[in-house]
Amino acid sequence: MWVRSTLAYRVSFLLTTVGNLAATGLDFITILLMFSHITVLGGFTLPEVAFLYGTCSTSFGLADLVMGSMDRLGQRVRDGTLDTLLLRPVPVLAQVAADRFALRRLGRIIQGLGVLGWSLARVDVHWTVGSVALLPLMLLSGAALFSAVFVAGGAFQFVAGDAAEVQNSVTYGGATMLQYPPAVFARDLVRGVTFVVPLAFVNWLPALHILGEPDPLGLPGWLDFASPAVALVCCALAGLAWRAGLRSYRSTGS
Amino acid sequence: MGGFYAAVVVRGFRRYATYRTATAAGVFTNTVFGLIISYSYIALWDQRPHLGGYSEAQALSYVWISQALLMTMALMGGGGEAELVERIRSGDIAVDLYRPADLQTWWLAADLGRAAFHLLGRGVVPLTAGALLFDLALPAAPLTWLLFLASVALGAVVSFAVRFLLALSAFWLLDGTGVSQMAMLSGLFFSGMLLPLTVFPGFLGEVARALPWAAMLQVPADILLGRHRGSGAALALAFQAGWAVLLLAAGRALQAVATRRVVVQGG
Repeated sequence: MWVRSTLAYRVSFLLTTVGNLAATGLDFITILLMFSHITVLGGFTLPEVAFLYGTCSTSFGLADLVMGSMDRLGQRVRDGTLDTLLLRPVPVLAQVAADRFALRRLGRIIQGLGVLGWSLARVDVHWTVGSVALLPLMLLSGAALFSAVFVAGGAFQFVAGDAAEVQNSVTYGGATMLQYPPAVFARDLVRGVTFVVPLAFVNWLPALHILGEPDPLGLPGWLDFASPAVALVCCALAGLAWRAGLRSYRSTGS
Repeated sequence: MGGFYAAVVVRGFRRYATYRTATAAGVFTNTVFGLIISYSYIALWDQRPHLGGYSEAQALSYVWISQALLMTMALMGGGGEAELVERIRSGDIAVDLYRPADLQTWWLAADLGRAAFHLLGRGVVPLTAGALLFDLALPAAPLTWLLFLASVALGAVVSFAVRFLLALSAFWLLDGTGVSQMAMLSGLFFSGMLLPLTVFPGFLGEVARALPWAAMLQVPADILLGRHRGSGAALALAFQAGWAVLLLAAGRALQAVATRRVVVQGG
């Protein structure tokens, strides 16, 4: 329904998609501006940073397309419109995800894939069967990981109705962080996104393997391939959190 | 009449002060972003010390000043303009025009109240957090801080004036989505939120530093960092005041044209 309603205004859809493409592209323009002054950042060249950027942006874009409406949940809890969703014979999670499903978010995916394509053409990599297979795997696992964060953030909003911004710090903040080489950040911060909120599995660890760069934490090599398993565990945990959140829901006024 | 608009300022402040959890959540997010951007700047300034004329401590201070001013200047949206657009779209604007208050001054007063709240609510804590986490180059002289506050106030007026102009376009377009998106894009890029405008290369940098968005972040930050002193500071404030006057006048002219277009249904 939301797809049809957005496509009904073709010019507006085109403009907002282009706008979305430009908005998400600003981050990459910042990186380009940085590289107009330097040749290496955190041990990575521009095509290598573009590889990180492209994989992160594509994964995040996919998750945002499917689950990006989660931050609206707090408002539904506050104004009581969540009750309407509870009455329908469709899982609430699916309804919240489909709420105002914004096809214009394709902009971020298109832009991410564009940067990824550009970097693949320039990056100096010795491709093996393993690393070729790793690329689509990391994009999908990354999308699943970000989706899990979106759902967990949604569950959190059952408890703290107006704290949607905390979710932004993990989703958008995490996505910004993953655009830069891990060596840029303090060791503890890297540990945090590896073991606490395991965003490092979105692109850092598999990308280090593909690009043949050393891992600043010195983790065992098989972890580079662990993204799908980590994503699966995170999705399960997020699912549990969501159910706990939904069960604790008390409608406003009661 | 001045007392009336002062009351509107106070109400604007109080209105945003009611959202305490949201403010706390916002402070947390500003701090996380400040942390992430700080590290990318450290990596950049390690490679190029004194890039854009900033020392590393000054560059880091710039990051936390920008996080502190993000909401005050509504650089990513979040000002009152969405509401104004909605009132224009729905026709409620007719009620506003009927009031014995001037439309632009009313919205300016409400927006200054909002800006003042965000400066305190979402500015002070992230800047303090940044000062605790990193070695910042913040001034000790009270005069510099006073100049900074004056510059922030002027920047807030310029920010309002730009958003008011964009909101009035709803009289013709009826849909604010595209315009607010453009406002966000230009706000982020040309204010120096992503990277200081002094780091922008060549002609792009010169243009960016002359545009009104520079008055919202680059100028106040440079004043606090002590890059504009004495007559330089006066010149920087004059640059902001110039844009404020020009854009407010443009808003006034557009308001006059736009209100002649209003057709009240059934009235």
